[in-house]
Amino acid sequence: MTENIIIAGFGGQGVLSLGQFLAYAAMYENKEATWLPSYGPEMRGGTANCSLVISDKPIASPVIETPDTLIALNKPSLDKFIDNVKTGGAVIVNSSIIKDKIERDDIKVIYLPANDVAAAAGSVKTANVVVLGAYIAATKLFSKESVRATIEKIFKKKSNVIPMNLAAFELGYAAIDKECK
Amino acid sequence: MSTSERTLMKGNEAIAEAAIRGGCRYFFGYPITPQNEIPEYMSRRLPEVGGAFIQAESEVSAINMVYGAAGAGGRTMTSSSSPGISLKQEGISYIAGAELPCVIVNMVRSGPGLGGILPSQGDYFQAVKGGGHGDYRMLVYGPASIQEAVDIVYKAFDKAEQYRIPVMILGDGVLGQMMEPVTLPEMLDTSAFPKKEWATDGTRAGKDRRVINSLYIESELLEGMNKKLAAVYERMKAETASESYKTDDAELILTAFGTTARIAKSAVDILRENGIKAGLLRPVTLYPFPSEAYAALAAEERVKKFVTFELNMGQMVEDVRLSVNGKKPVEFYGRSGGNIISPDEMVRVCLGLIKNA
Repeated sequence: MTENIIIAGFGGQGVLSLGQFLAYAAMYENKEATWLPSYGPEMRGGTANCSLVISDKPIASPVIETPDTLIALNKPSLDKFIDNVKTGGAVIVNSSIIKDKIERDDIKVIYLPANDVAAAAGSVKTANVVVLGAYIAATKLFSKESVRATIEKIFKKKSNVIPMNLAAFELGYAAIDKECK
Repeated sequence: MSTSERTLMKGNEAIAEAAIRGGCRYFFGYPITPQNEIPEYMSRRLPEVGGAFIQAESEVSAINMVYGAAGAGGRTMTSSSSPGISLKQEGISYIAGAELPCVIVNMVRSGPGLGGILPSQGDYFQAVKGGGHGDYRMLVYGPASIQEAVDIVYKAFDKAEQYRIPVMILGDGVLGQMMEPVTLPEMLDTSAFPKKEWATDGTRAGKDRRVINSLYIESELLEGMNKKLAAVYERMKAETASESYKTDDAELILTAFGTTARIAKSAVDILRENGIKAGLLRPVTLYPFPSEAYAALAAEERVKKFVTFELNMGQMVEDVRLSVNGKKPVEFYGRSGGNIISPDEMVRVCLGLIKNA
């Protein structure tokens, strides 16, 4: 099993931390992970992305040209990476702010209004955790319990935000789980 | 923290922690992207273990503080990125001339000049062929993963003291900025380190004088010093290390160092899925260069071609060609400016070479 994921969006949408959540989850599941951020002339409001490889074997390249999954949180990111997604791969589109429909029919497309779902969980800041829930529901890469435990570990020094993030995770998970059944 | 427990860390932070666990207590640096997490981490962590961190007013000062701390017998290091490493070259040459141990990390960015902040391997020549003036060498490592960087930095202080030389870790922006799970080594007990017979630590009033110096006005004395250093560099060849991946039956040998080499490993796997017998030879030490490993493969009849991948316009390829010594063709493909070569791009290059053969 090797999963190549590109996560992209505006700076400030939690793109890099979403990648880190998945890298932590992989490590706690005794898998290998590489998290590689774009660190060029990015700034708040500009675009940011990270490449994440998760595998049960030692990882060779941390650099991804053709992802299995693209998580696009804004339109410039979708436009930049959509053509690179592998045939048979998947894209999660943040439909709260991306109104486009995907024209490719060789990949699985998941429209998730992440900002709206996050607002329902208590804060739009948790949109990235909503997407985490959706990604886990769609791929079943890790068990739900394992990712919940990861969220609790990551936020253990800011324990007041744990309930809101767990709620965001559950809402994101539920949004997709229904669809995939 | 138990030593078997894995931690998810950025390359820069993992290198800093590994240095401290390897006994580093004195860090001197100046900020520059993409290595800033090293001094940032050191500034927080060194005071906790009784060490000292100084942000100098320039890279020139930082390397000369390293010179002083090394002379006093401390385990000391500095880190920077390309333009900053250029500024340190005078000090590095003095440290080499004064036979002092230290560790220098270069998280290479693209150049020349101020260049850009994105990853590059354009400082290969500077690291392995000199950089500073005069007849000196460094032990230079090119780690390909964060775990390997941790293991190398942890041992680098021992190597620096064993040979009394500066040791350089040549990384790049990818290695510094990436996160991977790592297993950290245990903290060494610095009080158990042996006393240095040459250190000028200011505690020897009334005893025989110790002098640390790199000035030799008399030609005979200086040549003697050059010969002594040359003998050290000859002994240092024992540190030569390389990694071979699927080379046992390979006809096409990909070669690269550092993070580019792990990308090449993926390319080897994809090429093999396409029925091409490809393998990878990766130097772990960039100086001493593992020439014998290249020569051995070049002597194999089945090996048809070498192709060198670098994030520069062609530097290590010169050492590959010297090692292969005309026995087989050595091709080169490089990207620069901060662009990284993807595994698929390497595969396309290799397929093109085979088609045109």
